[in-house]
Amino acid sequence: MSDVQDYNSSLSDAAVSRKYETFSYLPPLSTESTRAQIQYIVDKGWNPGIEHTEPENAVSNYWYMWKLPMFGETDVDAILAEVENCHKAHPDNHVRLLGFDNFAQSAGTAMVIHRGTSV
Amino acid sequence: MAKTYNAGVKEYRETYWMPDYTPKDTDILACFKITPQDGVPREEVAAAVAAESSTGTWTTVWTDLLTDLDYYKGRAYAIEDVPGDDTCFYAFVAYPIDLFEEGSVVNVLTSLVGNVFGFKALRALRLEDIRFPVAYVMTCNGPPQGIQVERDILNKYGRPLLGCTIKPKLGLSAKNYGRACYEGLRGGLDFTKDDENVNSQPFMRWRHRFDFVMEAIHKAEAETGERKGHYLNVTAPTSDEMMKRAEYAKEIGAPIIMHDYLTGGLSANTQLAQWCQDNGMLLHIHRAMHAVLDRNPHHGIHFRVLTKVLRLSGGDHLHSGTVVGKLEGDRDATLGWIDIMRDSYVKEDRSRGIFFDQDWGAMPGVIPVASGGIHVWHMPALVNIFGDDSCLQFGGGTLGHPWGNAAGAAANRVAVEACVEARNMGRELEKEGKDILTAAAKHSPELKIAMETWKEIKFEFDTVDKIDVAHK
Repeated sequence: MSDVQDYNSSLSDAAVSRKYETFSYLPPLSTESTRAQIQYIVDKGWNPGIEHTEPENAVSNYWYMWKLPMFGETDVDAILAEVENCHKAHPDNHVRLLGFDNFAQSAGTAMVIHRGTSV
Repeated sequence: MAKTYNAGVKEYRETYWMPDYTPKDTDILACFKITPQDGVPREEVAAAVAAESSTGTWTTVWTDLLTDLDYYKGRAYAIEDVPGDDTCFYAFVAYPIDLFEEGSVVNVLTSLVGNVFGFKALRALRLEDIRFPVAYVMTCNGPPQGIQVERDILNKYGRPLLGCTIKPKLGLSAKNYGRACYEGLRGGLDFTKDDENVNSQPFMRWRHRFDFVMEAIHKAEAETGERKGHYLNVTAPTSDEMMKRAEYAKEIGAPIIMHDYLTGGLSANTQLAQWCQDNGMLLHIHRAMHAVLDRNPHHGIHFRVLTKVLRLSGGDHLHSGTVVGKLEGDRDATLGWIDIMRDSYVKEDRSRGIFFDQDWGAMPGVIPVASGGIHVWHMPALVNIFGDDSCLQFGGGTLGHPWGNAAGAAANRVAVEACVEARNMGRELEKEGKDILTAAAKHSPELKIAMETWKEIKFEFDTVDKIDVAHK
């Protein structure tokens, strides 16, 4: 049994245990990957949107919108800059990027770019 | 000029073979693969199939003259060779929409795959495809919630869903069973699943299972901060009992329940799907018995028909085969029926075995479920084949991890996210799969061990039921 590794997750250790959906089981995305993910959203024709929340309220469907979804925005730098602006304004919060698919009437993707301070 | 009554037996083709007929937009169309008895002309046997699956019987009866049979009859309107197989041919039959009760796939199948399948002039008969006119589609209830609503309910976007069927299939106590679910869910799965033959046996009655599994879901949700579910199988000996279990699942807050639509029956399935829609529940559909109906290339009902039937009857998930795992499933044919599950309009495409354009109107889609003999090494191919709107289920590939279910779940979750990240970056998953997984495993000891455990396993038997193409 000495070869068996324990699975480290618990109610009390939020920093290790709490996840936030797509890509939260990977290490934080590199800048290169973040840019590529934004490009993917643009290439799909989805509208980028940014939302943030205090980590303790992350289970809610409705995180705080950062401004409005960036309808028609296709400039990766501009989108990334807004992600950073949101993060600077709310450094302890989760900041997620969504791609809104208006044909499916659903987010095509959503990913947390900045991980907040877990409690 | 009124017709006169002549008793006796007429050749079917006099009435039911209409090669000049142009199908109406509202007709239900069917493609049958017919293997006739020796010496029976193709037109006669095609007409016989049209007759026996609609208004006809073997002899003229006087009451035929009390109605407008020329309106109500099925019409065999085309015949085609089957590529690569001279023993059989395709016959296309059009049925007026009036022949079928609204919203009843039960009624459609009772006609189209009823007595005609035992007809003596046939050696074998297979229903290859049905075109349901949108006018008929809109009379059916369809999937209770649909793909987008499921994503919104569960807060899961931009990746395939991950599941796991709890094993051993039979024999666990409810408390141990809940433990197996909890471990998988806390490790990163979205769903765990009752195996299809888990109903309410003496070793684990349904109510205990539901209670323990619900605690597993609640605790895993609190621990991970993510939304979770377990397909509570409500398939039961009677539909009253099925509804009782469904009501209890709702009462304790379960987001999703499960039904076996073929063994449980289509009336029960349609009833349950409508109830799920009314009660905000998701419905996972298992397909036990399908291979009895769909595996023989010459006789039975093709799975693409069973797929259409389920979408109309109602279900949010349906097992589709994996292409790469332990169970039968030709790649092109599978791509065809996963389009049938998800898309709002599917074009005729013989290379995928699709014989008709199919317009689904406003009917929501069904999530294809890939399950059976798959493990982390299959992940790149699965993400590439199935895309995001799918549910990938690893049973042994989760529970068989040397460190247990949570580690097995985490390995699969890391693998699926790494594949999605790489795909979004423009990488080719099936070509670069090994590099992508190997890189991801550097950050995940769970994935590393999973890759070492399963690397040698492959399933490379030839497919029995292939798309019909010329082999000679």
